[in-house]
Amino acid sequence: MFKLKTAIAFGVILALAVIVSACASNAAPITAPTSAPAATPASGGVVAAPTSPAASGALTVNGAGGTFPYPLYSRWFYQYATVDPTVKFNYQAIGSGGGIAQITAKTVDFGASDAILNDSQLQAAPGLQMFPTVAGAIVPSYNLKDTDGNPITATIKFPRTALADIYLGKIKKWNDPVLTQANPDIKLPNKDIIVVHRSDGSGTTFIFTDYLSKVSADWKQQVGNSTSVQWPVGLGGKGNEGVSGVVAQNEGALGYIELAYALQNKLTYGLVQNKSGDYVQPTTAAVQSAMADFGTDMGDKLAISIVDAPGKTSWPISGYTYILVYMNQTDCAKAQKLTAFLKWAWSSGTQYATELEYIPLPDAVRTAVLSKLGQITCNGKPL
Amino acid sequence: MSVIVQAKKNAGVSRWKTLTRRLEHGDTIFRALTILAALIVVVTVGAIGLQLWNTSALSRDKFGWGFLIGQDWNPVAQNFGALPFIYGTLQSALLALVLAVPVGLGIAIFLSELAPDWLRQPLGFLVELLAAVPSVVYGLWGLFVFVPIFVKPIADALNQGLGFIPLFQGPVFGPSRFAASLVLAIMVLPTISAVSRDVFLAIPRAQREAALALGATRWEMISQVLVPYGLSGILGAVILGLGRALGETIAVTMLIGNNLDLTASILHPGYTMASLIVNEFTEATYPLYLQALIEIALVLFAITLLLNLIARLLIWRVARRTTTEARV
Repeated sequence: MFKLKTAIAFGVILALAVIVSACASNAAPITAPTSAPAATPASGGVVAAPTSPAASGALTVNGAGGTFPYPLYSRWFYQYATVDPTVKFNYQAIGSGGGIAQITAKTVDFGASDAILNDSQLQAAPGLQMFPTVAGAIVPSYNLKDTDGNPITATIKFPRTALADIYLGKIKKWNDPVLTQANPDIKLPNKDIIVVHRSDGSGTTFIFTDYLSKVSADWKQQVGNSTSVQWPVGLGGKGNEGVSGVVAQNEGALGYIELAYALQNKLTYGLVQNKSGDYVQPTTAAVQSAMADFGTDMGDKLAISIVDAPGKTSWPISGYTYILVYMNQTDCAKAQKLTAFLKWAWSSGTQYATELEYIPLPDAVRTAVLSKLGQITCNGKPL
Repeated sequence: MSVIVQAKKNAGVSRWKTLTRRLEHGDTIFRALTILAALIVVVTVGAIGLQLWNTSALSRDKFGWGFLIGQDWNPVAQNFGALPFIYGTLQSALLALVLAVPVGLGIAIFLSELAPDWLRQPLGFLVELLAAVPSVVYGLWGLFVFVPIFVKPIADALNQGLGFIPLFQGPVFGPSRFAASLVLAIMVLPTISAVSRDVFLAIPRAQREAALALGATRWEMISQVLVPYGLSGILGAVILGLGRALGETIAVTMLIGNNLDLTASILHPGYTMASLIVNEFTEATYPLYLQALIEIALVLFAITLLLNLIARLLIWRVARRTTTEARV
């Protein structure tokens, strides 16, 4: 009797195991190309590319990474299906950290990250190349009434280091001399600044703290730059909607949010003084100007911080988001599809970027990116 | 010799018969299936604990027990500690229970003892409906409606009236431990009230009649007979509520303000372990960071287990006491 009990138990476990492994085998094609050893060029170019899973028909290219570019990428994939219906893109917005980890482990065909990979991360994934796709800008948003009690709808100007000092807790009041001198026309009240930041790790926070580190030595030393940091002061809101929600509810609150989110939700935002001392509107042109300022310094890495740009017409708080691709691919069919898609994204795809309030690359940067893309090889051979 | 073989054979046959009989009537199969179902729970809990333990090795090695009392959470300096989050988790869950238990018990008593028949069903249904609302809806509703309209004025009043007590010190923001606990209280309310209502309904009619026959008023019957009689069940309901309050993630994350300060004030923003994990897990870009987050999960897992264990012991003691009292 005992034996029978055991047998039944085994049977059920076996059945479960079969189900589980069946699910896993669905996922197998994702990892298939990575298990193929990198063939040497000496083998003469006749190395057969691992053929695509014939059953499904369309080739599937898998990616994973940040949530910030997700709305744009999914739009791109949707539009690209009309250009090339033989390829399907599958992007999982699991966060930049997950994207970097997965492309390093080669479980996806491309990764995506808002943060620039550091040296140890690049060493862990030899041959991995960062390609900037678009940029996003960040603006300070606030909710404030002036000394007469009227809501301030005018644009408050923030001098270059003001935001760093506010987020460090050094500037505590809205009528601090630093702010009143920059805004002589606005009757700033004697009210505490309620500082609001993102609580979730995000590319937005990476760009914002990158900016604060560039303009303030104190910030760089005390807090630093990361997708999430130990904030000296303030409240954390989850996501852009969390930050703007807290700002909307607390008179005197100040938070940083993505420009796209601010525009779509018609939030009040201020101007930030750039490195040359000017206040410019955070337009596509102003962010592209910041990208162009650093265009020649990108080098081979194709990744650079564009905050606190020196140009007179540049918006100071913005940053690229990147796609991560190996320069030497092992699956030639997929590699061709992926590079063709990226070329499309940087030309015809820019209109969708603009539509969704992302900022496309300026021409100078795009030329560099496209030339690097042309150098991608498959098993050592040019595509 | 052959007799023995024959006897063995007979025994075998009769065993085989019992076996087939049992199989026919499903006893054995049913038994095996239920054992398997129970085993799945044990294996899952064990596997989760083991996995959390194994995948947090880097962080455990680096910080040791100091992790539990570390007050920093600094991904830039790679320095991680859990104290603000442990504190925030326990505080928000306990405050939520303090708020929810009296109301939940009130609802349960009303539904089981006092409500007119035509109200019982719809009201009970509404309370259970509260449990079906997804927590992200509570979070958004809390952030955009409940906090500005309801929580903030109360918090302001508490601060102005009782601000001299550290518990109610200002300044008052919208999102705070208080706001998170209030919404948590609403979320655990249906669990507590639905389970305790069933507990009250399960109390034999004879108990009520005996109390009334002895001249007890309705209030005396409820407070001195029904509540003590159902105490272990009510405690069980509270534990279910506690479990939900400890683990609740999204709604709390949206309302608690996500701030590491270790202050006593419930009007100050705080941080919970579950919130920290959901906030930072996706963008944890290096192994130690990720493993520190997993260690937070391990701590949350351990605390939940520990609290449940203590609560079980409590129930067990209460149950034993009431049964002995009943016998006397």
